[in-house]
Amino acid sequence: MLSRVAENIYWLARSVERAENTARVVSVNANLLLDLPKGIAPGWRPLIDITGSNDLFEEHFKDYGERQVVRFLLGDERHPGSIMSALAAARENCRTIRDIVPREAWEQINGLYLFAGDQLQKGTTKTGRHGYLRALITGCQTISGLLDGTMLHDEGYEFLRLGRYLERADMTTRIADVRSATLLPDAEELRPYDNIQWVSVLKSMTAYQMYRRSEQIRVQRTPVLRFIFQSPLFPRSVRYCCRHASLSLERLPRNEASLRFANRLSRSLDGADLERLTQGDLHAFVDDLQLGIGDLHAEIAGTWFPPPLVSADHD
Amino acid sequence: MTIDWSTYPCEGFYDELLEGPGRARVQTRALAEDLAALGPEELGARQEAAEVSIKEMGITFTVYSEEGGAIDRTWPFDVIPRVIPEQEWRRVEAGLKQRVQALNLFIDDLYHDQKIVADGVFPAEVLAKSANFRPQCVGVDPPLGIWAHVCGSDLVRDGDGTLYVLEDNLRVPSGVSYMLENRLVTKRVFPELFEHYAPLPVDDYPSQLFDTLAALSPRPAEYPEVVVLTPGIYNSAYFEHSYLAQQMGAELVEGRDLFVDDDDCCYMRTIDGPARVDVIYRRVDDLFLDPEAFLPDSMLGVPGLVRAWKAGNVALANAPGAGVADDKVVYAFVPEIIKYYLDEDPIIPNVPTFRCMEADARKYVLEHLSELVVKPANESGGYGMLVGPASTQAECDKFAALIKKDPRNYIAQPTLRLSTVPTVIKGNVEPRHVDLRPFILSADRQQVTMGGLTRVALRKGSLVVNSSQGGGSKDTWIVPEWAAESADGQLQAQSQSQS
Repeated sequence: MLSRVAENIYWLARSVERAENTARVVSVNANLLLDLPKGIAPGWRPLIDITGSNDLFEEHFKDYGERQVVRFLLGDERHPGSIMSALAAARENCRTIRDIVPREAWEQINGLYLFAGDQLQKGTTKTGRHGYLRALITGCQTISGLLDGTMLHDEGYEFLRLGRYLERADMTTRIADVRSATLLPDAEELRPYDNIQWVSVLKSMTAYQMYRRSEQIRVQRTPVLRFIFQSPLFPRSVRYCCRHASLSLERLPRNEASLRFANRLSRSLDGADLERLTQGDLHAFVDDLQLGIGDLHAEIAGTWFPPPLVSADHD
Repeated sequence: MTIDWSTYPCEGFYDELLEGPGRARVQTRALAEDLAALGPEELGARQEAAEVSIKEMGITFTVYSEEGGAIDRTWPFDVIPRVIPEQEWRRVEAGLKQRVQALNLFIDDLYHDQKIVADGVFPAEVLAKSANFRPQCVGVDPPLGIWAHVCGSDLVRDGDGTLYVLEDNLRVPSGVSYMLENRLVTKRVFPELFEHYAPLPVDDYPSQLFDTLAALSPRPAEYPEVVVLTPGIYNSAYFEHSYLAQQMGAELVEGRDLFVDDDDCCYMRTIDGPARVDVIYRRVDDLFLDPEAFLPDSMLGVPGLVRAWKAGNVALANAPGAGVADDKVVYAFVPEIIKYYLDEDPIIPNVPTFRCMEADARKYVLEHLSELVVKPANESGGYGMLVGPASTQAECDKFAALIKKDPRNYIAQPTLRLSTVPTVIKGNVEPRHVDLRPFILSADRQQVTMGGLTRVALRKGSLVVNSSQGGGSKDTWIVPEWAAESADGQLQAQSQSQS
């Protein structure tokens, strides 16, 4: 398999995953704000913090108002992490490998991109938002399902899974980091509404119901953190993502260095005593994880992808 | 309702279906009757079905627009096929093989001893001013001595029915994928006609192309590593590149997927590490092929590729420099070229051509500009031409000045009355002008596509068939005589029993 094709598949998966996660985060935040009184509500800024795009945002906007943040995350083409940009990237990556992905998957990606653009206005209104985001999330899941169910499970498929799990792990760490910043550790008294916010952390990754099934205890800091970082069974936990990235790596040639990075990540997840981490410690821990994910990506790119272009694109 | 061929306005032109209003040709009588019986509504419905199929199958070509960047457009296609009797086609086939064989000998000679120039058959001055002669290729011996492995020659039929070669495309001719897809679409929308006519199949092309390319491999193998090199998704023929790669089971690569190592071998970057490449079917123009040898700032090519090619470690099809015979002034010498190398007369004639470099011809051309078509030596796609009868005095004056300034760069031809084929236009059937591009493969043996790509100018009266300028296409049927005859009988019987 050509290195360039492997790279395209990888970024196709990452982009689709990113679009889906961003849609979830926006949707959950909107719901959360409806439940919280004004004084406690964290507003919209945390979403920009989660995506780490504060500098770019502040270049274009004065304050973190709802309209600006939602618009920026959904449709802003200047923002490479916006849903529109992610879908456009997915589409471009898919276009160059149309002979590798099944035709239906290409049509679904193309259709979702067109839908997201056509309905963007609606999506940025309070009333239209829910339906719009839900359609996006379903659309992304359809793409993932189509690819899983129809594409050849060869090496290309492993790159698809790598892209998906790295993006997902990265997003999960970000959500945990930002969302827990305003919440106090268990040792201190649980303030009113903290519980709702921990629930929203779970809901940002559709984890609430699975948490309930799996943990069977009330929603509080330590079990929530354990669930989203360390659960071996929940498919959006960081641990799960790392494990499955390793499984994909094991099926690729020349995988030694990448596997070392992935395994190191898994060990540091297993070794973390989340109960004892202060908020500061948690933040440092997340930083470490994100660096580890970044290193793994760099190793994958260095081993299997074509060398980066030296100068700017032609035409 | 049926189609009334007696009101079909085809006088003054050679129509491929009808001899004159209401009179079908012998070999197409059954088809004319069959189409008439279908009637305009049903034909319109089939045309729609074809367009839906084309959209679903994702058959596209890319055009550029000022604002929108590249746009994928659906391939324009007309359902009524163009029929050529097999007997006539066999002669054309022989003529094309003869022509390309001579052109390959010519190219090889130009890059070696230039005997044809020394013998005074081909003027040194034309060679000296050739834009596509590549000094980098002098002395190179490509495998089997062949330079143009894939050639697309454009054929046109004039008012009296004579088929001429209009031009030869020896660089990176495109269109063959549309020929193949047109056939698939026609099979879907006209299955019953296929049973009656049995047009000869076209779908061996991808395997013939693979065989041609494999024959060039420097390392003998059953399945040498053959790749298709594309400039990328923004190229207007990207669809074709990916289509052919898929059909041949070859990798579709871009320049950055390949590199040439210190051993002068070409490799592609794969997830298993470098993999040696044997043959490159390149769809990138010469000048962009290798920044070391040609344009230094090309991002589309592969540094060192020409080095690897010269060392015989990788084959390039077509070979760099093959375009030297693609020049429209060289075209004017093809009859002499065939005579010189093969000692034969051309089987398919050239369109009568005035070489403006010759004083008498130039004088005639300048005096008759308003009747002639003037073409510059090295343009394609219908650009930079003067079509005399459709031009203003000012445009003629401009060309007169251009010709006087650089006579070697121009040829002129009489305006041909291109043949027509009935075409579905807004629910009606009207004649539209067509040409034909067959493809000729050359390696250890020569093969010609069964028919080719028929392009049709969809605008009334227009002679411009290029898809970038409002042209469409048709399926081309090479029909054996027995099939035409027996279909005739069957359809007559059928239409009688229906009436």
